[in-house]
Amino acid sequence: MFQYEFMRYAFLASTFIAITCGVVGVYVVARSYAFLAHTLSEIGFAGAAFAVFIGIAPLWGMLLFTLLGAIGVGELSMHSDQKESSISAISALFIGLGVLFLAISGSNSRYATNILFGSIIGVDRQGVTQLVILSIIVLLMILLVQRSLNFDSFDHIGAAAHGIHTGFVGIVFLVAMAMSVAIGAQIVGSLLVFILLTLPSSTARYIGKTIPAMIGWSIGFALIGVWAGLYLGFITNWPVTFFIAAIEVVIYLVAYMVHVIKHR
Amino acid sequence: MILDVNDLSMRFDTKTVFKDLNFQLEDGSMTALLGPNGTGKTTLIKILMGLLTPTGGSYKFSSDVKLGYVPQFRNIDSEYPLSIRAFIELNAPLFKVKKVKEQIDRQITEMHLEQIQNTRMGEASGGQKQRAYLAQALLDHPNMIILDEATASLDPAAKEELMGLIKHLNQEHKITVLFVTHDIPLAKKYMSDYLYLNKETIRQGKMKDFKEDFE
Repeated sequence: MFQYEFMRYAFLASTFIAITCGVVGVYVVARSYAFLAHTLSEIGFAGAAFAVFIGIAPLWGMLLFTLLGAIGVGELSMHSDQKESSISAISALFIGLGVLFLAISGSNSRYATNILFGSIIGVDRQGVTQLVILSIIVLLMILLVQRSLNFDSFDHIGAAAHGIHTGFVGIVFLVAMAMSVAIGAQIVGSLLVFILLTLPSSTARYIGKTIPAMIGWSIGFALIGVWAGLYLGFITNWPVTFFIAAIEVVIYLVAYMVHVIKHR
Repeated sequence: MILDVNDLSMRFDTKTVFKDLNFQLEDGSMTALLGPNGTGKTTLIKILMGLLTPTGGSYKFSSDVKLGYVPQFRNIDSEYPLSIRAFIELNAPLFKVKKVKEQIDRQITEMHLEQIQNTRMGEASGGQKQRAYLAQALLDHPNMIILDEATASLDPAAKEELMGLIKHLNQEHKITVLFVTHDIPLAKKYMSDYLYLNKETIRQGKMKDFKEDFE
């Protein structure tokens, strides 16, 4: 299958996406941001539709919307007592906007499907380069604040008691998370990118007892999902996203059941 | 003198928590901060830690003070994944040189956690968790530690063990201790001085002379 250029690009892009989402996901779960990740995916869909409407690449529209969304939703959810309701309201608005942008841009439903559910043939050489660069930026951002981010994500009260600037770390992380959503959506689609941001890292929590171990397992499970998903998608012609979702869910359920049995 | 508090006042909107508090803490002292629930013990601690701004007055630590603080509540649920060691290491760089590793080992040994350092925090007992919180704070090499209700939910044996360790820190490492509690018998047993916060004012004295007037 590697004789096809699009498969080579898809593998390369997916590898970086899996690493980025695997790392960021550990913090998404530690900070209980799974619901926020889901909302950002929907905001990303609206961004991609907006990009189609004004005639730029969907990645940039997504990036713009998820970044604005992350800061907005982040602020709102930190200062609102009705966190879940306000996030729900925002996500409803953005899905609506996404539908509107697609409708008025006159693009066909095939395009909408690609944005929502992902497409492996959509990634060209330029796309791969952009994804790799963006992934590296996200990983560098995490690396730069890792000490404070680790402390704040895994012991928020302790970090605050130690005088760590938890607000600053929070913003840096929201930006990194927003970028990961936009990056990940290029392969698995905006509707399902939260899978890569939550499931591998949730599984990793059952196995790893240190942050590096959890990050390692999380990346591993994400890579297994995307690689196997691409391969199975290639030989069956079924959607790659289906396989990635199914694989990650199965791995998670197995880890969960082992955990339950061990702790009974 | 390690801490000097002058006319310290705190008000939330129209509710006065306390006003014009004056007290000093001596270097190497062991002081219990006592008082009924809701009298502002935690508020006072948060002010001293610089996490809240007082509405009046001032406080001053001696210039060489290095504070360690163990807050009252942590969000560690039963699913919390990090091991006790990894939790303590949150207060250390991810890439550790030998010296840092040795310091962590020393704190773990000192807090009687070496046998269970790979147990997950979520599965640790209340006493083990408190000792882990303390070990994490001790990585900063404080010369004064503030503990907020550290023994509140512990069984008697775990209380004694934790208090024994705190006493050890005070005697062997000359760490000044400010210990928030409303467990009077425990304070009488382990603390030498008291601060009693009630009805917006504070009273200071020797623990052995302390008379309860919780009413």
